[in-house]
Amino acid sequence: MINKLVPSAEAALSDIADGATVMIGGFGNAGMPAVLIDALIAQGARELTIVNNNAGNADAGLAALIKAKKVRRILCSFPRQTDSWHFDAAYRAGEIELELVPQGTLAERIRAAGAGIGAFFTPTAYGTRLAEGKETRRIGGRDYVLEYPIHADYALIKADRADRWGNLAYRKTARNFAPIMAAAAKCTIVQVRETVELGELDPETVVTPGIFVKRVVKH
Amino acid sequence: MKKLDRKQMAARVARDIPEGSYVNLGIGLPTLVADHLPRGREIILHSENGVLGVGPRPAPGAEDEDLINAGKEPVTLLDGGCYFHHADSFGMIRGMHLDFAVLGAFQVSVAGDLANWHTGGADAIPAVGGAMDLAVGAKKVLVMMEHLTKQGESKIVERCTYPLTGARCVNRIYTDLAIIDVKADGLYVVEIVEGLAFEELERLTGVPLKNLAGAARVA
Repeated sequence: MINKLVPSAEAALSDIADGATVMIGGFGNAGMPAVLIDALIAQGARELTIVNNNAGNADAGLAALIKAKKVRRILCSFPRQTDSWHFDAAYRAGEIELELVPQGTLAERIRAAGAGIGAFFTPTAYGTRLAEGKETRRIGGRDYVLEYPIHADYALIKADRADRWGNLAYRKTARNFAPIMAAAAKCTIVQVRETVELGELDPETVVTPGIFVKRVVKH
Repeated sequence: MKKLDRKQMAARVARDIPEGSYVNLGIGLPTLVADHLPRGREIILHSENGVLGVGPRPAPGAEDEDLINAGKEPVTLLDGGCYFHHADSFGMIRGMHLDFAVLGAFQVSVAGDLANWHTGGADAIPAVGGAMDLAVGAKKVLVMMEHLTKQGESKIVERCTYPLTGARCVNRIYTDLAIIDVKADGLYVVEIVEGLAFEELERLTGVPLKNLAGAARVA
């Protein structure tokens, strides 16, 4: 019997090693898997590379992970916010390396990883400093920049409902990066509000098929 | 002269958005445009974090943390609206499916280069978000900004001194003094506020302007 339901966040995260690349879903607080992030801090893995749209808000979630000095490198599109003080301090102290990626390029690099794409040309950032040193090409009269996929060891995401096969349905804008991160990581761990029996999720509303999911924690 | 205030600028931009348009409003000043879209005109607002059909701000107490816009403010969903993940959202943008992006700016050059993400300061923490995707992806990029900096310098410049968001991407500039079209052969003033002579506008702007048919007055 396939059963991806795991009794606790601690059990779900126990094998994350130092130096792992971890994608964390969420756009601001919408879709941020707060329970999994707290468990990651407690689990103790260090020197992590984190992929998220932001670099933490206020004192909880990803901000707390940065404050706990578990993050060596972060890939994101929008680190600087009025309440990103933990990232700001770590960045200014030289404790954290930043790779700034335009938001659509971040999403597409994640998508490419999950879809088996080796690289792609995007028009975004052409002619800007974020394309410096990158290969470019003019195709059909439009200029493009070559970008590579972002793979991850783990994805920590939040969904609304799941079954034991790992099929996921989301809620409103909490979906954001979760479906593409689920596909891009070797091991995807999901925090869900509710678990349901097989067959209870309308197959037409399953956004992330269970093939992309390894572990599900209800919280 | 009768400088436009922020609300009047937003109302002026809103007047130019036709029925049936798909529109992304950038963070800050452009967000105000939503409050001024003419009643009875169906215009569908896109938000980068996976929404088409963004509705007004919810009543106090009715906020939903899973339903936010790109500025991370609570919003509502109109009937007919829908959600999608980040890669689809930016596919819509780069794939040139949006009719308009309305963006703020630090500077716009005579060639239509846009600078709106980074002041270039050595100690500034950069953040780009979706700005570079919108700059290259929307069918028409409308910039909305004060004409002059607080120091009285023109934000319309021969060459941008701030790092670029996108090259040759701006179609029209709405300021508190004028509306200016960016064309291959230069900047065309199409409207000008009451009490401001074209020659004075050109002097304040500091780059050559063309006066299109006597430039109508901004109403």
